[in-house]
Amino acid sequence: MSARSNILNKLRTGLAGSIPRPDDFDERLVTEPWQYAPEDRVMRLRNLMEAVHTEVHQVRSDDWPEKVAAILAERELGNLLHAPATVHGQQLAVHWEQSGSHVQLLAYDRPVEEWKEELFWQVDASITGTVGAIAATGSLVLWPDRHEPRLMSLLPPLHIALLKASEIEDNLYAMMQRQNWSAGLPTNLLLVSGPSKTADIEQVLAYGAHGPKELVVLILEDA
Amino acid sequence: MSQRIPVTELTGGFRDRAEVALADGQLRTNFRTAMDSLMKKRADAFPDEEEREGLRELGNRIKARALSRLPDLLEQLEAKLTDNGVQVHWAETTEQANEIVHGIIQARQGTQVVKGKSMVSEEMEMNDYLAERGVECLESDMGEYIVQLDGEKPSHIIMPAIHKNRYQVARLFHDKLGVDETDDVNELIQIGRRTLRRKFMEADVGVSGVNFAIAETGTLLLVENEGNGRMSTTAPPVHVAVTGIEKVVENLRDVVPLLSLLTRSALGQPITTYVNLISGPRKADELDGPEEVHLVLLDNGRSGAFADAQMRQTLNCIRCGACMNHCPVYTRVGGHTYGEVYPGPIGKIVTPHMVGLHQVPDHPSASSLCGACGEVCPVKIPIPELLQRLRQENVKSPAEGPKVKDGGAKYSRKERLIWRFWRTLNSTPALYRLFLWGATRFRKLTPKHVGPWTQNHTAPVPAKRSLHDLAREHLARNGGQ
Ligand code: SF4
Repeated sequence: MSARSNILNKLRTGLAGSIPRPDDFDERLVTEPWQYAPEDRVMRLRNLMEAVHTEVHQVRSDDWPEKVAAILAERELGNLLHAPATVHGQQLAVHWEQSGSHVQLLAYDRPVEEWKEELFWQVDASITGTVGAIAATGSLVLWPDRHEPRLMSLLPPLHIALLKASEIEDNLYAMMQRQNWSAGLPTNLLLVSGPSKTADIEQVLAYGAHGPKELVVLILEDA
Repeated sequence: MSQRIPVTELTGGFRDRAEVALADGQLRTNFRTAMDSLMKKRADAFPDEEEREGLRELGNRIKARALSRLPDLLEQLEAKLTDNGVQVHWAETTEQANEIVHGIIQARQGTQVVKGKSMVSEEMEMNDYLAERGVECLESDMGEYIVQLDGEKPSHIIMPAIHKNRYQVARLFHDKLGVDETDDVNELIQIGRRTLRRKFMEADVGVSGVNFAIAETGTLLLVENEGNGRMSTTAPPVHVAVTGIEKVVENLRDVVPLLSLLTRSALGQPITTYVNLISGPRKADELDGPEEVHLVLLDNGRSGAFADAQMRQTLNCIRCGACMNHCPVYTRVGGHTYGEVYPGPIGKIVTPHMVGLHQVPDHPSASSLCGACGEVCPVKIPIPELLQRLRQENVKSPAEGPKVKDGGAKYSRKERLIWRFWRTLNSTPALYRLFLWGATRFRKLTPKHVGPWTQNHTAPVPAKRSLHDLAREHLARNGGQ
């Protein structure tokens, strides 16, 4: 007998004579305490994210690349990983060209194996999109794909995320429903709620454990 | 400021270890400080009692529902994961689970493994198993890394290195990694970051645990703050997740309340920095992520607990650690005193099913039954009730057929005889009177030392006259008014 059938048999014997419990999930318990007026939603998200060391800026959809340039200049960074095939990636590239920026634009355009050393140690910053955010917990929703692979938001010490104000949902439940997650998830879906951190030594909070040391969120107010 | 404090030795039984731990002032300060702060954080994270209780009730129902269909859900999970390209393995014992993991590593000719935090892999003692076979298995959670570097075991399921202070970590890093000693926590973390990043890059296989396995979509959900979990599950070419069979939930929406309960109860956070939902290996057109993803489902005594409707509730556990943070015993003796993978109240109710009561005979009674654990448990496991049940199972005679693994570990015929005598004494008036007569006359003869009681108390001595006597006299004098 295989381990599988042994385990399942034991469990079935344990259940003999009992009936499955009904599904009485009460969605009000996970939605009602976490609802916000549209004008408060951004503020709630902002407050929660700032409380965990995230830098948040409210910008316009035509001037955000400038903000990105300023953020990089402030930190004197040398390069930025972006996704050239996305709309925001192209917008960024256009601005870069017009402004003659010295910050090198990198693209995640080959499998990780082909540039692991560089990707792990030499990329200063990255910029990715998001598919929304959750006001209740101060979380971004990332949906990595071919253009913005999983490691793009994890390896560089600075991660800049673009968020459309209109895509902020009240709570996780609402987000799942609106995007119909049950119908199909990407290989890796992420909720990101700040830069990487740890409190494993004496419960003292330290940022930049293994992932980004800094997270900057640009909220596009008119998008 | 770099004093070296002796770490509690993992020898002897619970009582011996407790004595050592209780005498260790530094250890007690480290735990007291940490537990006080974790309790406050949890309380602050649930400001609204009604909201909290509603959510706990919902959490309990979700887990109860999942368990009421456990075999079906496991099959559904397996089918969905397989569709998604994840390979599912089943293991009845930790030995089998280790063999499976080792087999996967061997197939890739792997020699280096990085591990995100996983209590199930601790159950398996995977690090040792792989080390014996020439595979380096490195912990990557900062706390786990510290503990592993010092050749220790975790002392808390969420905060593995909570028994150490910064000076102890500084000295450890200095000794083992050859870095300058620093008591700056940020600097210490950066040392860990640099060392481990290289390991993430080089590792052949990443191992992780699972917080929730979602049957509906075939998804493994992991929570963490550090990013080491994402690293371990994303950077190496192979990801192996190991988990207990109780972690499966029916659908995606079920994790909404469970996730909130978990992070708020554990750390007082509305959510962890990362919630990582993995639903498959790298697709043909993707540029990163593991090429292979495996899930190992481990039983290790869980089906035994499942067979008993009352004990089944131990499988509700979402491993938040709140019960230990609120436990007056745990706070004083620390995690290592329990001598097993899961310490504290949760350890006391799950460990017997895994290793048998013979190995942990003192666990069920190392509790004041104050009830704090049951009160804070986010999925409403009645821990004190289960401890009482285990106490009963622990003293059952073979003829009474104990229902828990190695039940009757503390059965003693002598104790049984004494209790039987005590019952007869109290239910036979003539005998009782005779006993009273003797006890009051020869009161001076009662023993001065009666076990642990007289460590902190003076031995009880019967009064000169019994209450019965006095009452009779009083009634005679006052004519029963
Ligand atoms: S028993 Fe309850 S309180 Fe303890 S770790 Fe499990 S879920 Fe948390």
